[in-house]
Order: sequence, then C-alpha cells, then structure tokens
Amino acid sequence: MDLRGFRDPVIARTLIDAIQSVATTPVKFMEVCGTHTVSIAKHGLRDVMPDNITLLSGPGCPVCVTSNADIDTAIEFARQPGVIVTTFGDMMKVPGSYSSMSREKGDGRDIRIVYSPLDALDIAEKNPESQVVFIGVGFETTAPVIAAAIDQAARRGIENFSVFSAHKTVPEALRALVNDPDVAVGGFILPGHVSTIIGMEPYRFLAEEYGIPSVVTGFEPVDILQGIYMLAKQVADGRADIEVAYTRVVPPGGNPAAIAKIVEVFEPVDAEWRGIGVIPGTGLAIREQFARYDALKRVPVTPPEPKEVKGCQCGEVLRGVTLPFDCKLFGNACTPEHAVGPCMVSSEGSCAAYYRYTDYGK
Amino acid sequence: MRQDRILLAHGSGGTMMRELIEDVFIHDFDDDVLSRMDDAAVLDVPPGRISMSTDTYVVSPLFFPGADIGRLAVCGTVNDIATAGATPLYLSVGFILEEGFSVEDLRKILVSMRDAAAEAGVRIVTGDTKVVEKGHGDGCYINTAGIGVVRDDLDLSGSHCKAGDKVLISGTLGDHGIAVISKREGLQFSTDILSDAAPLNRLISDVLDAAPDTRCFRDPTRGGLASTLNELASASKVSITVVEDDVPVRDQVRGASEMLGYDVFQVANEGKMVAIVPADQADAALAAMKGAPYGGDAAIIGELAEAPAGKVYVRTSFGSTRIMDMLVGEQLPRIC
Amino acid sequence: MCLAIPAQVRTIGENNMAEVDILGVSRHVSLDLVPEAKIDDFVLVHAGFAIQIVDQDYAEETLQILKEISLVDMEAELAGSGEG
Repeated sequence: MDLRGFRDPVIARTLIDAIQSVATTPVKFMEVCGTHTVSIAKHGLRDVMPDNITLLSGPGCPVCVTSNADIDTAIEFARQPGVIVTTFGDMMKVPGSYSSMSREKGDGRDIRIVYSPLDALDIAEKNPESQVVFIGVGFETTAPVIAAAIDQAARRGIENFSVFSAHKTVPEALRALVNDPDVAVGGFILPGHVSTIIGMEPYRFLAEEYGIPSVVTGFEPVDILQGIYMLAKQVADGRADIEVAYTRVVPPGGNPAAIAKIVEVFEPVDAEWRGIGVIPGTGLAIREQFARYDALKRVPVTPPEPKEVKGCQCGEVLRGVTLPFDCKLFGNACTPEHAVGPCMVSSEGSCAAYYRYTDYGK
Repeated sequence: MRQDRILLAHGSGGTMMRELIEDVFIHDFDDDVLSRMDDAAVLDVPPGRISMSTDTYVVSPLFFPGADIGRLAVCGTVNDIATAGATPLYLSVGFILEEGFSVEDLRKILVSMRDAAAEAGVRIVTGDTKVVEKGHGDGCYINTAGIGVVRDDLDLSGSHCKAGDKVLISGTLGDHGIAVISKREGLQFSTDILSDAAPLNRLISDVLDAAPDTRCFRDPTRGGLASTLNELASASKVSITVVEDDVPVRDQVRGASEMLGYDVFQVANEGKMVAIVPADQADAALAAMKGAPYGGDAAIIGELAEAPAGKVYVRTSFGSTRIMDMLVGEQLPRIC
Repeated sequence: MCLAIPAQVRTIGENNMAEVDILGVSRHVSLDLVPEAKIDDFVLVHAGFAIQIVDQDYAEETLQILKEISLVDMEAELAGSGEG
C-alpha cells in the first residue's frame, strides 16, 4: 500500500505551521515507543518543532526496559546443554550483567535469530532432540503473536518448544511514570502498534485521572506531526482527551481476537522495568494450563545475581528525566560500538537514535 | 573422480589429491598455465604499474538467487583490482573445503568461477586446496588474489575527492544483501531479487574514457553505500550529501528492508560501483556508466561539500536532512 | 517498539496461513489474530503475524483532509503575498 502521502513534504509543512500557531505555551510531549524515537530522529522532526514544544522519549523500547535479571536468564538458557535459543535480532547485542547473547553465540552457544516465533517452531520441528527456547520480549504488539505461536505449538503437537516470557504491558507503566515527581509530561504521543491491539480504553485514566492529553499516533513523518498537532491543539483548548491520529489501523476497541489470545495464554504479574523498578501487573506470565510451553518450567535455570553498570543513566533516560546527550557517558565511554547501556545498544534506544541520526555530542 | 564427497585425503598431498586437482580443478577451469601444474605460474605482463588485491569469501548459503560463492569470489577481486583503474589479468584461487562437502556442488562453484572469469577477461592461473575436518568449516571458503595493469599516469584514491564533486552509483542498491538473506534459515521470504554479483572492469574503463579526472571508484560491498561514503568523506576531509529520492532502489529491496528493519544504505552490494567525479565530467561519466554492462540503472545521487569534514548526510524524501550512519556490528533483522 | 508494516493478502491456505505481498516481496504470515481478513485486504504484519486489518478508507480520508488543509493554506499564502 502506498504510504508516500504520509511522507509528503507539503502536508508536513502545513502541519508544522499549524503546530507553530497553536503552541503558545511551553509544553513537553513524550513518546513511549522506540519506533517513534527512531522516526523522529531519522526525519529530523525535533529541528522543526517550535521552541515551545520539547519532545521527550520514554520507556518505549522493549529491549531497553528489559531488566538485567531477565537478560541474564535468557543467556542462562543458552548455556544449557541440548538447548537452542531462538530470539528476535534486537536482543542479540544487549548487555546483561555479565554477558550478551551475541557474546555467548561467539562462545559457541546455539543461539539463532528469527523474524517470527513461527520460524522458531519450524526449528523445533527440525531438531526434535533439542529443546527450543524462544525469548519472548515485547509489548502488547508482540505478546499476542507469541501467544498464538504457543497455541500453534499445541495444535501442531510440537513438544520441544517453550517460551521465556519477559513481555510487558504499557498502560500501567504510563501511570507509574506520571506518578513520578521527576517526570513532567504535558502530553503523550501514544504507541500506534500497541494501540492497534489494545485500542483506546486502557489509556482513559491519563485524561480522566491526570488531565494529560494523549494521542495515539502512527510512524510516518506526517502521522507524527498530525499527532503532535492534535496534542498541541488539546493543550491550547485546555482539554484532555484520548484521541487517535492513526485511524487506519487503530479502531477504538483494538483487536479483540488478539486481546483474547493474550488473555488465554498469559496472566498479569509484576514486572521489573529497567530504570523504573517493579510495576505491579505489567508483566505477562504463561498460565498454568500452558505450563509445558513455559521455558522457566521446562528448562530450570539459576542465573547469577544481577548487577547494574555504574554511571549508566539509561534509567533516567528511559523516564525522560535526562536527555541522552546529557549523560556523562554518551558519545565518550558509551557509543554504539562500545555500548555501556541498552539505550545505546538497541537500534530503537533513545541514545542510539540521538547518536546515529543527529550531530549532538559528536 | 570417483568420490562424490570431499574427504580429508583429498587435501593430504597423495594420489587422491592429485585426482581432485586433475579431474576437477584443471578440467573445470581449463587454463593452459594452470594445466602445467607447476608450483608457480609464469605470466606475461604488459608494461606499466601493477595493481594487486586479495579477498576471502565466506557466505551462507553458498548458492543464492542470481549467483554463488564462486561468482562472488571472482567478481569481488576483479572489481577491487579495477577500482585502481587497472585492467585485471590474472587470478589465484585458494579453497578451504570441509570434509564431506559435495563434489557436485564444488563443480558448480568451479564452473561459475570459470564463467565469471571469462566474462571479466581474466585467467585463473594458480590455485591451492586444503581440506578441514567436518565441523571446522562451512562447506567451502574461497580466497582469490589477482593482478592487473594500471593505465598510464592514473592515480585514483579515496583521498582525492573535492568539494563540488558528484557521487555516481552504477545501479540499484541492496540487491545482493537481500538476495542472500532471503534464503537464510529462520527468515525465509521470497522475492525475484537476484544477487548483483558482476565484474565491473569494463564499466570502470568506460567511465575513465569519458571522465578522465574521476577521483576514485569504490565498490560498496559489506556495510553498503553508508560505509563507502563515510570512508571517502573521512579520507578526503569533505562532507557528502546524498539525495534519497535519486538513489535507485528496487521496490522489493525496499519492501524486504522495511520488513526486516534494515537500512538499505547499509545493505551489501557485489556488482555496484560508486564513482566520485568532478562536476563538469559527471554527465559524461553517467552516460558512460549507463552504456556499459551492468550500468543501465546508474544515477547521480549526491555531491560533496567542504564542511563539515567527514560527515555524510541524506536529504530525505520528506525534505529533512539526517546523518547517513555506518553499520555497527552485523546487520540483524529486528522487530522493534 | 514494534515494527509493523502493511502487506496485501494474496492467497489464504491451510492453518490460517496466508501469502502476503510487501512491495513485491512475498512471505507467509499467520492470520490467527485477524481471522476475518480476506484476499486483497491490507493487513499490518508484525513478526510473521497479521495483527490488524488496515482501513484503507480511513487512510485515504486522513490524507484527503490533510491535503485540503495544505491547499487552503497555500491559497491563503498566495493571496496574502499578492496583497502585500
């Protein structure tokens, strides 16, 4: 389908002018999706914002918010004899407390990158003598996909496949964020592809309880400018609503079949977010009835005690309290080649996006 | 040859190795000098300076749409020699084969090397084979080295680029990288995209005839256009700006790149050439490229400026400007 | 966080698997999460699954509204510069 209209410079210019004319007071908008982080940096959108609007990046990169303990656990699976670990490419280079998947692969562990968990199922079918563990990382966009893969494993009778579920859910993390006195957000650019699954309702509290305007936004430059315009308009009008600027894929109720799949396979548990801490009910554990697909039960492991890297401000960066180039390590001790924290490693991390696409700090 | 699999004995210097060399390598490569089976090839070389280059080829899978490791190994070294403005003449070939490798596959690779060499007008004149134990290699690794004779008075270098020069590319970006990745385990998707692996010595020669003050040629292989331009910007202390809309990219390569989260500027090419040409010769160079084999989709894609030195920028379709960043580590498909 | 791209459904086979087209690239994706998807629909693909059906009418409508605003703006600008 033709997305060129959503990259049209003429439409973009009109939106930029419109944003300029409604942004009469200083305000900070936060996106909470790594794809937004990258798109904003890649298209130079920060440079076209009026002085009154500051764009912050929040905890929107699922790889970045994955705790060291979870990464250590994923690595521990790879160290077990007879285990093939399958993962999205995103996770490979992210450092845990002591190592990374990439380094473990170099040490000879059987770690394979897949594009889809269905590819991991195929690997399981072809290697019946091995246990294939899939590292499940991601938000509500990815969770139903993994749930559906577990469902398929059951239907296809694949018994040597299991999932390490480190998934997280977004809305309650936003609540934790706005409850944080350090964080000052005047509006949320809500994640388009999480919302295509969960719809608008779960964000209602932002407007109703906290009075924060929020707009579900797509990822092309025109989409993002439209979302920012709608936010600025709400601020100017003194309103706080949950609106959608990405109507082509976000129906108000999301995707009920996908939500049902998440609920069928997973149950909410507390989850540790890097930089934020434990947020109640934002993790997804595999339900008892699917226990035979739960890697934690199939391949018991005891990872070492996790430790945090000193001086790394990823935590502050993930909450939008510190901008990437204000971190002392940024561009010096911490670069994409020699990354200290996950925000610099993940291609969606705020630090990597600033480092790659802008002149800041170089 | 009697065996249909490579055995350790085929590398051990005895009769089986001799059988492999005579029945397979000498037979398939079919070159007079190689057939003498002397330890060293003795070659006639025209007067002039010699350009020399070597490269080692490892690729998984060995056979991919449009080419295989053999064609890659010949074209890659031919192109490296040719970037110096040289006419490539002779190649050496070294094989590292894994025990158990299929002789039929080996012969397919040899035939494709022979055909690529014939197309490029170079001769394979000396070679070597080693066999490693099963599990110690990925089927087949190939090293090629080659020499060519450089045109008189020519001095091409990545450090000679100047502000105002134009950037030319000989065709569509990313075809090779996408063709190879489409066949990797765990990522299967299908496209009509073929690897672009091709010898470009004639194209380079035609461009030099048309634009004699060309500063340099580079083949944007691993790391793609992004690595090549960043290296040139650093070496010549200039800034380069590429206009995204002017860069030829096939729709399917664009689609696959979006699917895998790749930056098409970082995807590998094996049959493309970047040329940096003074502005007043750029049109002549473009016409020469377009008329040469494998140059039909050539385009002028950007230009050089004084400052900021060492930086490469992309003017996006959307009208903004961003940095064209280099690949960090290996290119991994991502979902985020 | 979540790279998802529009693709068009070409064929639907066994086990809810469909062949989709992304700018000429074809790949098999599961329709488990969008059971109502039909041939020729555009779907949003993430990690080998279609996760939503793209509403083309909304896509066109959004662009149309934005384009009209742009035109009105340009006309206003032209009119303004004419007077000045």
